[in-house]
Amino acid sequence: MGFFGKIAKGLKRTKEAFSKKIYELFKGRALDDDFYEELEMALISADVGVETASQAVEELKERCYQKRIAKPEDAKDIFSEILQEMIDYEIPEYEYPLCILVAGVNGVGKTTAIGKLAHYFTSMGKSVVLAAADTFRAAAAEQLAVWADRSKVRIIKHEEGADPAAVVFDAIASCKAKKTDVLLIDTAGRLHNKKNLMEELKKIDRVVLREYPEADYRSYIVLDATTGQNALSQVEIFKEAIDIDGIILTKLDGTAKGGVVIAICNEMEVPVLFVGVGEGKEDLLPFDAEEFIGEIVP
Amino acid sequence: MGAFEGLGTRLNHIFSKLKNKGALTELEIKQAMREVRIALLEADVNFTVVKNFIAAVTEKAVGEEVLKSLTPTQQVIKIVNEELIALLGGSHTKLAVADRPPTIILMCGLQGSGKTTMCGKLGMMLKKSGKKPALVACDIYRPAAILQLQRVGEKAGVPVIEKGQIAPLKIVKHALDVAAKNGYDTLIVDTAGRLHIDEALMDELKELKSFLKPTEILLVVDSMTGQDAVNVAEKFNELLDITGVILTKLDGDTRGGAALSIKAVTGKSVRYCGTGEKMGDIEPFHPDRMASRILGMGDVLTLIEKAQEAYTEEEAKALERKMREASFTLTDYLAQLDKMKKMGSLASMIKMIPGLSSKIGNQDLSVDEGKIAKTKAIIQSMTPQERDNPDMIKSSRKKRIAAGSGVEIQDVNALLKQFESSREMMKRMRSGRRGGFPF
Repeated sequence: MGFFGKIAKGLKRTKEAFSKKIYELFKGRALDDDFYEELEMALISADVGVETASQAVEELKERCYQKRIAKPEDAKDIFSEILQEMIDYEIPEYEYPLCILVAGVNGVGKTTAIGKLAHYFTSMGKSVVLAAADTFRAAAAEQLAVWADRSKVRIIKHEEGADPAAVVFDAIASCKAKKTDVLLIDTAGRLHNKKNLMEELKKIDRVVLREYPEADYRSYIVLDATTGQNALSQVEIFKEAIDIDGIILTKLDGTAKGGVVIAICNEMEVPVLFVGVGEGKEDLLPFDAEEFIGEIVP
Repeated sequence: MGAFEGLGTRLNHIFSKLKNKGALTELEIKQAMREVRIALLEADVNFTVVKNFIAAVTEKAVGEEVLKSLTPTQQVIKIVNEELIALLGGSHTKLAVADRPPTIILMCGLQGSGKTTMCGKLGMMLKKSGKKPALVACDIYRPAAILQLQRVGEKAGVPVIEKGQIAPLKIVKHALDVAAKNGYDTLIVDTAGRLHIDEALMDELKELKSFLKPTEILLVVDSMTGQDAVNVAEKFNELLDITGVILTKLDGDTRGGAALSIKAVTGKSVRYCGTGEKMGDIEPFHPDRMASRILGMGDVLTLIEKAQEAYTEEEAKALERKMREASFTLTDYLAQLDKMKKMGSLASMIKMIPGLSSKIGNQDLSVDEGKIAKTKAIIQSMTPQERDNPDMIKSSRKKRIAAGSGVEIQDVNALLKQFESSREMMKRMRSGRRGGFPF
């Protein structure tokens, strides 16, 4: 539960525009070229991207041919299956102590996502520490402090302009001393092509690996659901700097469809883990591939 | 980064097969248009906009002239480019000024689009142009947003008017009083980021609009926005009748197809774009350059302008003469390095060169900037005589220079050798052709 209600609300708009179109397509008469072309366009209009859209459509053609399916109605389940295969991943269970590094470009909602993650873990009865390693953007630490306050968790911060790796170092020391379950690291939003900022991220990564080897360490990238094809290059470049274990997809409560995650899951092999569907602290939900696709292909 | 190859490369690939024929058939045009379509979609231009655009371009391209043209690739790109520019709108329009001060600029947009930072950038730009602007903090929702605007204001050297987290309408009333008292002639109002489907917050904006009667209502859009950009812009435009758009985060490899979509759907053009993290990183929007960018063809004009800002004409002439006569010394070299710095990072410049950006992609370029700093340090550790006459630098001088600049002797050797070989090169280039920088 939970997930479905919220994501249904978040995806309501999606349903109205994009899914409606797909829904009507599959009610059509024949699996002809027009059908496939319109299906591809519908996917592209959801930011799925040219490559993945045409791949999905080709795959559908192939499977329909093999199974001798002629009616769009019967092809629908196969299509859902194809999309689902593209985004479904086995995610290893969390072990504690857990350390999550959260990265991403400016303005995707990293700090907010961390605030919500803090709530997610505290509501499971875990103790949480936030590391304010975004020492670059004006007032970022203060923003994180507000979130720490909301979920009543500890926050480790230095002054603006301080070395982010030092913040992380202190946060790890604090986690060890107080036997904290979860450490969440907020990092500066960096445009993915800024070399020195990426170096800084690598440094944080090294500090965690060196100082906190006992922790289950994951690094997530936050993506904005409204982002288009540039999201692919965001993931690619971040992957060069650090291992990316998963995606947090934010702002899925607008009209955006977040279709670009299908492209990313498919082309980059990084799974989506959480989706943000609102402004409240509980509005971050574990991602469910089946239901996500269920909303896209109703 | 194969997906983001420039359109030119792709078209060349198609047309390379028919070089000998020298003319295009309709089928080939169709194939070419498919590539154009993919390029536009990958730049996140809205798919309906793409559809209409392709139809329009095909009609033009199928015409007699292209078919007989000897360079079909160029011809097709030229048509596409011209049509894009036409679609993006004429030339740049400056911000309007109110008949009676203060001029009010209302900023709006989704969360995370970069409104707060853009307020600071606009403020600094207006201040430079002789205005007396102030920023008004009306984002009362996001934690620490007011604080962020204050920091931004500090960096930009522009005062910030705030009243804490009270109703925005009260804040702007207060701001008008403050402006009258202090003689601020322009107020830039930062508002909370909101979803275009959030009715309560959209009503708040409408209220602000009807009270303030702003001279400009600018929608701030992240240039990385995908297909959804049109929905967002349409809704904001419908409710507020925006006067223009500001594109943010246009640095790097972002194609910014959203600009095209927004213009096509709302008829409102992009006025400025944010291109970096510093307060000075704001540029007027030029449709022609944007067109090149969307097509992945680089931005030579901006590069030339940046070079012009850094070099005066005499400096350029003197440099050319020195290069020709090979009387180029380390002192000149040092001056060159400083100019390069003024023009911006090497990486950002390479992005603007057509063809190069796709070839080099995301390769490591910043390392060279570190090298430049090192080179500068070495030259600065030399005496003026040594700089003008590097041949006099022998081992004890090398030792001193290395110690002075904190490098190894090998580094000094490498620099001298490199300098020598570039001087050799200049001698060979005496035919008068302009050369590159010697490293």
